[in-house]
Amino acid sequence: MRRWIWTGLLAVLAILAMVVVVGCGEEEETATQTPLAQATPVVTQTPQAEATATATPVERGPKEVILATTTSTQDSGLLDVLEPLFEDETDYNLKIIAVGTGQALAMGERGDADVLLVHAPSSEMKLIDSGAAINRQLVMHNDFIIVGSQDDPADIEGMTSADDAFAAIYDSEATFVSRGDDSGTHKKEMEIWQKAGLDPEGQSWYEQSGQGMGATLQIANQKDAYILTDRGTYLAQSENLDLVVLVEGDPIFFNVYHVMQVNPEGFDLVNGPGGAAFVDFMISDEVQAIIEDFGVDKFGQPLFIPDAGKDESELAPS
Amino acid sequence: MDLILDGIREAFRIMASGDYSVWEIALRSVIVSGTATAIALLFGIAVGATLAFNEFPGRNLAFSLVNTGMGLPPVVVGLMVAIVLWRSGPLGDFRLIYTPTAMIVAQTVIAAPIVTGFTAAALRNLHPQLRSQLYGLGASRLQMLWLVLWETKLPLLAAVMAGFGGAISEIGASIMVGGNLAGETRILTTAVVLEVSRGQFAPAIALSLILLTLIFIVNLILTTVQQQERRS
Amino acid sequence: MSQPKLSLEDVRVRLGKAELIRVPHLDVLEGEVLVIVGPNGAGKSILLESLALLHRPRQGRVLFEGQPVDGRELALRRRMAVVFQDPLPLRRSVADNVALGLTLRGVPRSVRRQRAAHWMRRFGIAHLARRSAMTLSGGEAQRTNLARAFALEPEVLLLDEPFSALDPPTREDLLDDLSVALRETGVTTVFVTHDRAEALRLGDRVAVMMGGSIRQVGTAAEVFAAPADEEVAAFVGVETIVGGRVQSLADGLATIDVGDAVVQAMVPDLDYGSEVLVCLRPEDVVLELAGLDSHRTSARNHLRGTVRRLTTVGGQVRVVLDCGFTLVAFITKRSLEEMNLKVGDEVVASFKATAVHVIPRGT
Repeated sequence: MRRWIWTGLLAVLAILAMVVVVGCGEEEETATQTPLAQATPVVTQTPQAEATATATPVERGPKEVILATTTSTQDSGLLDVLEPLFEDETDYNLKIIAVGTGQALAMGERGDADVLLVHAPSSEMKLIDSGAAINRQLVMHNDFIIVGSQDDPADIEGMTSADDAFAAIYDSEATFVSRGDDSGTHKKEMEIWQKAGLDPEGQSWYEQSGQGMGATLQIANQKDAYILTDRGTYLAQSENLDLVVLVEGDPIFFNVYHVMQVNPEGFDLVNGPGGAAFVDFMISDEVQAIIEDFGVDKFGQPLFIPDAGKDESELAPS
Repeated sequence: MDLILDGIREAFRIMASGDYSVWEIALRSVIVSGTATAIALLFGIAVGATLAFNEFPGRNLAFSLVNTGMGLPPVVVGLMVAIVLWRSGPLGDFRLIYTPTAMIVAQTVIAAPIVTGFTAAALRNLHPQLRSQLYGLGASRLQMLWLVLWETKLPLLAAVMAGFGGAISEIGASIMVGGNLAGETRILTTAVVLEVSRGQFAPAIALSLILLTLIFIVNLILTTVQQQERRS
Repeated sequence: MSQPKLSLEDVRVRLGKAELIRVPHLDVLEGEVLVIVGPNGAGKSILLESLALLHRPRQGRVLFEGQPVDGRELALRRRMAVVFQDPLPLRRSVADNVALGLTLRGVPRSVRRQRAAHWMRRFGIAHLARRSAMTLSGGEAQRTNLARAFALEPEVLLLDEPFSALDPPTREDLLDDLSVALRETGVTTVFVTHDRAEALRLGDRVAVMMGGSIRQVGTAAEVFAAPADEEVAAFVGVETIVGGRVQSLADGLATIDVGDAVVQAMVPDLDYGSEVLVCLRPEDVVLELAGLDSHRTSARNHLRGTVRRLTTVGGQVRVVLDCGFTLVAFITKRSLEEMNLKVGDEVVASFKATAVHVIPRGT
């Protein structure tokens, strides 16, 4: 009897293996042509996808669009709303890779992504200047804030200057948690330290998480530490945080997001039309309206301010 | 305390209601890791049998390599597989990066040395004359291999379970080559990390409970079969 | 009989630079029991594995019924069966173990069951049929192993020291059962052992193997009575061996007719008329010149014979006598001089009935 159980187990394993291998292979070519509900498991897509493949004898160009973006946009939840919409409207399969801005830009430079949504303007310009990225468009902005525990040991609450607040934190040697991951937020933080003329690197109270915005906020929360964060991620997580907003409003806090295509001329595999479609999508009226409303129901204020069509220089810090 | 109790209560509500696609994510985890383990098993049997049954120069070196592989850090595997599968990598043309296939590849690389090591050790523990005896009773090569594997099915099951455990609880490689895409490559471990970084602890706890339950079931099967075998 | 079933031709097996065996020629005759006897490390097992087609010799060839085996190994292996020293049962029931070879050959289940049942009965393990083979004692496991081989009804049976790991009483029982089974089936058999008693008991022919080569092949009596060289002699022990028949029995004292002479021997239990081998160690034989009255020995056996050969071996002299059969004795050099013994002299050989070793060969 037991032998049958064993044979059965083996057979089940083998069938599982075949289903998945076949399923994944099929999916490569066809699933992206079929806008599918986000929740549909991969393996069940095969029959549907096959039907679509035979019904649409269109060009068999790449159907996936890889978006390299920052953890702050993913952690805010905005992309969860936009992804199905984009896939519905364009038939592209959007693959969102949430990494630090540094890595996102590097992926663009190597052609490992089709389109970038990032917030480090000076680094972005290097890619534009080198020709690695094109079609850079302003999408939205929010702002950075300094948050910390209510005790506020460095006594920075109400300060209007970011570098003054950083200097006070430096002097008080109160714990400060940095992203330390070359992300847009990290770059902004370094900019403020530089402006204050201080180098916190190597100080015992200065900690670097190396993780995304959400995870780093959790760390700061546990340590009752100060942290520089974008307002969107902070608001999205505020219900789980004891941290309060201490400093806001300095023009340096301005945090602007651009979308840009990776230049398809440089890389065979980059999906030029797909990247262009995503850029257009992000600056469309429809998406801009969604951004304007996103978060209002939950936090009483939007997480991002839509800016498409504006000139960066005319934006006033919020 | 609130977080723990409320979190667990909310976790059960989520599991019951199916919010946050927890079951879909769990199913994907099982399929991806199960497939990786199955492939690793085939590889492990082939390589393990070769290592255990043949004398050749460099055999000890090969064993050391396999043993090193048993402790391969998943992120290292993830990076290696990602470098190969990225569009800018040598196999970029296959467009496998950020697909379940890529995760299966990475998890197979993680599980294969574990399964191979266990398999080779199990086969080496067999009586050295057993293969001669089976041939001497008229077994073909395939029959010999099948009988020998049948003899070692318990250690092999342990190998499968260890490989599966390594694959399903791994995160570094899957997040790097899979990208943690909702509905496509989000699995239990990567989903837990994401939900935590989003401050969504309840679904994170729910996903963790499912993961723990899976690993528990795997070990339960192992123990049960072992005990049955001992009784007979 | 007498057609070669299996032959080795110029077979050499090497491991690295060392030559493990080197066999210019060896025939295993149809229907015979060929015992390969020799000390440990002589290469007997490798020889058996070559015959069993378990590995291809680097040089030379194996012939099955006169034809080279190349390419037919699996098919030919399925006409043979191998039994090793370790019983090597699989993790399944005794019955399944006994039927294993038949399963591998795709024999139908009903035939499998019937044959397994028959051979389990023959080897006295029928009551263990449903037990897991992993729980057997050493003797039971080796019985399972033998039944597993016989159930195949092979054309050639190859056994490698099957009883070496067993304690003496178990070994005796199994030796009896095997001996009967071999005689009944008449299967061509190669039996490897380092034990002279087993060789004498089972072998139609005996091949002595030492240092990787076969030194001597012949009937048991030939080999043991007339070792080809000193090394062989040292291993087999120089012995007088002669076939005979039990003529009468009284109080454990048997009178055995060995052709032109009669030998008296103490034996525990033997049937009247049994075929036996009579063995006598040379150091147990005392020689006197014929014509002298025997007054200093209480020995029961006094045989007249003629000296055929005298050879010096170390400090001793090996004397080969013709007493109607070939009898070997050792005397010291000094006795030789005292007796002034020459080839052709008549002597009387005396030995005690208790010094005679009798090996049953069946009825």
